[in-house]
Amino acid sequence: MTQLALVIDLNVCVGCHACVTSCKEWNTSGEAGPLPDLNPYGAGTMGTFFNRVQTWEVGEFPLTETVHFPKSCLHCEEPPCVPVCPTGASYKRKEDGIVLVDYDKCIGCKYCSWACPYGARELDASQKVMKKCTLCVDRIYDAGLSEADRKPACVKACPTNARLFGDVHDPQSEVSVAIRERDGYALMPEWGTRPANQYLPRRRTGPSLP
Amino acid sequence: MRPAYSVILLTTLIGAAQGLFAVLFGLELAGRAGLLPAPGHGFLAMGALASLGLLGAGLVASIFHLGRPARGWRAFSQWRTSWLSREILVLPGFGIAALAYAVLHGMGATTPGGAQLVAGLLGTILALALFVCTGMIYACLPFLREWHSPLTVLNYLLLGLASGSTLAAAFSAAAEPALAVATSGCALAMTLAAFAGRAGSLVRNAGLHPPSTPQSAIGVKHARVVQVTQGFTAQAYNTREFFHGRSPGVLAGVKWGFLVLAFALPAAILVAGLGRPAAGTIALAFAIQFVGLLAERWYFFAEAKHPQNLYYQCVA
Repeated sequence: MTQLALVIDLNVCVGCHACVTSCKEWNTSGEAGPLPDLNPYGAGTMGTFFNRVQTWEVGEFPLTETVHFPKSCLHCEEPPCVPVCPTGASYKRKEDGIVLVDYDKCIGCKYCSWACPYGARELDASQKVMKKCTLCVDRIYDAGLSEADRKPACVKACPTNARLFGDVHDPQSEVSVAIRERDGYALMPEWGTRPANQYLPRRRTGPSLP
Repeated sequence: MRPAYSVILLTTLIGAAQGLFAVLFGLELAGRAGLLPAPGHGFLAMGALASLGLLGAGLVASIFHLGRPARGWRAFSQWRTSWLSREILVLPGFGIAALAYAVLHGMGATTPGGAQLVAGLLGTILALALFVCTGMIYACLPFLREWHSPLTVLNYLLLGLASGSTLAAAFSAAAEPALAVATSGCALAMTLAAFAGRAGSLVRNAGLHPPSTPQSAIGVKHARVVQVTQGFTAQAYNTREFFHGRSPGVLAGVKWGFLVLAFALPAAILVAGLGRPAAGTIALAFAIQFVGLLAERWYFFAEAKHPQNLYYQCVA
């Protein structure tokens, strides 16, 4: 069984938001329709995004560390958002584990967003349906693209290679090796959602001889 | 959570509808058993129609909660896993049973009593099932700690029975005075039971400690982990849907407001009227209690703290 996922390397993320803009650009241009930005140049601006980069501070000044933290749908292996959906619009694909919303079946009741502890789902204020990261499902299988381009837009955009993409159920994959060798971890493990996306922690780097 | 007025109206209106129907059928059973004077067919038919009216009003309110109400029919499909789907399945079932009950009693003694009993029993079972479905929609979400408790289901049941029986008491004081003392007593008992249940959940929720922390949200083990920025200065669905945006003072005010309006005042009015129940005063008690339950439902949503809010603490 395949489980596609992202592994995000917090050790090298510099918080440049290239993944945010690249994600927005790709997903607002596709056949699912635009991701709206309401009132973009006035007061009360509001937009729908699949991916955000946040900045956190760890420690007490002056011994602080800045952590840039990209956040998108984690494509949980036990997604709590899926069984609560009354219409079946929210589903997890058997073939690759991607959690998707069928925008033609969604009634916009918002219940799935209440059932996600990570706040990964956003209601499209124009189309009135729930939206979320698709792992660029309309890109990663596109035979018209070269092999190297069949990756999520955020992964392609990252200038520091902080975003790895692959099958976390294949022990030999790049993502599995990274999780195994660099202590990859899941967010909010207390809820038993088993996120497929994992994060690689910061590393202490010291002087080394060539 | 940000309270949605459509859901507040839906749950309070259908709660009263279900409670009213259950009390009406209880009165019919007690009448048949000889415990109380038998209620007239017209009284039961009118009461069931009133219940249907409340149910319909709740249904209209619920439409405003949906982004795409025209696709609402699809919500019947996932009853195997979704309590929301189950609610949407049971709700019209209850409505049909209540309508059948109203029609059968409206035709009076010309219909066989057995048919009326079957419709009443079915309606009552579906009314109680609907309480369970509504409560479980909230109680089944484990990370909304304030809701994840059997008390949530119990309170939807008791609060609906309280408002429904107060309405039944007002109605019987006007149309079936021989039953007014019994229904007033029932309304008083239900109001006190609902107070006990709701107070229980308030006490429980006051002692909750959220399992999710900034540390578990980003997976960094350190005593001090704080957000510097959520990553954007604009609004987003996440910054609107999950924050009520009111001060702790407003929350406390609503809490004490609903404790007085939904429980203390109606109970006092019902006690004062027990000797000779007057329809007008009990109707006033119902109106006050209903306003109190609107506030209670607002507080129910506002009180719940969603763990996603940990990710949206600071704009910049």
